[in-house]
Amino acid sequence: MTASIGGARIGVITFPGTLDDVDAARAVKYAGAQAVPLWHADDDLKGVDAVIVPGGFSYGDYLRAGAISAHATVMRSVIDAARGGLPVLGICNGFQILAEAHLLPGVVMRNSGLRFLCRDQWLRVENTDTVWTSRYEPGAEILIPMKNAKGRYVADPGVIAELEAEGRVLMRYIGDGPAQGNPNGSLNDIAGICSADGRIAALMPHPEHAIDALTGPTDDGLGMFLSLVDSLLKV
Amino acid sequence: MARVEVDVTIKPEILDPQGKAILGALGRTGHAGVIGVRQGKHFDLEVDDTVTDDELETIASTLLANSVIESWVIRRVASASTAQ
Repeated sequence: MTASIGGARIGVITFPGTLDDVDAARAVKYAGAQAVPLWHADDDLKGVDAVIVPGGFSYGDYLRAGAISAHATVMRSVIDAARGGLPVLGICNGFQILAEAHLLPGVVMRNSGLRFLCRDQWLRVENTDTVWTSRYEPGAEILIPMKNAKGRYVADPGVIAELEAEGRVLMRYIGDGPAQGNPNGSLNDIAGICSADGRIAALMPHPEHAIDALTGPTDDGLGMFLSLVDSLLKV
Repeated sequence: MARVEVDVTIKPEILDPQGKAILGALGRTGHAGVIGVRQGKHFDLEVDDTVTDDELETIASTLLANSVIESWVIRRVASASTAQ
């Protein structure tokens, strides 16, 4: 897929209760692309080259985090387009939504310690061959914010084994507790996963909050957005 | 018209930290005999006569519960015509 002249256009969805759409759009702009607002009740993806499902508390996390949003009008279009190869990134609540929409396997559940955790989190980028991570060196360790009460990744043992075998664990929590390490009981310390072709990806911590040392702990998150733009502008 | 109850519970092999917290509170309030708690969800649905058992199964499996982590039981408890 090649972006049209004028640069890549990346959609950012807003649901009722979304919080991080503004920062996601800012990260897109930092990466040199155009952010296109997408609305939950609108099935029009406006011809975007990729979609970001941002963080927040869409529908107040009612029923299960992401469960109602997964059935929103815009998600029907996103699911169809993603199955056709459109790159999609879910961040935090976006991860929960993509899992509930079955674009990615497993579920993200309440943290094992029950607490809402807000801290800068060390991660290892486990797969750097995806459209969302190609800017990172293999095994790169990055520090980006994490803020959630429901970040515990759970899937059947068979699914976990498949993710590991196919290199679909995108990011893993690293470091030693209590200030670092696995914060929430996620199986295999999984912080993020991707589809077999690496085009659909999701993680619980927030790369869009770490794109400029002025406003975040690092600019380690910017690489995800630069990676995507690289892939879209590649002929 | 009928009333339908759907109970959704977390599968036994999935960690339920809320259930563990409730168990801890029961221990602290003198109910040491309770040795396990699992927290679930209960839904009461009012449905008309067009809603079949198959449709109820679809509703439970695609929205009310997530089959990766949860099990569910569907019960038709009363119809309006026989409830009085």
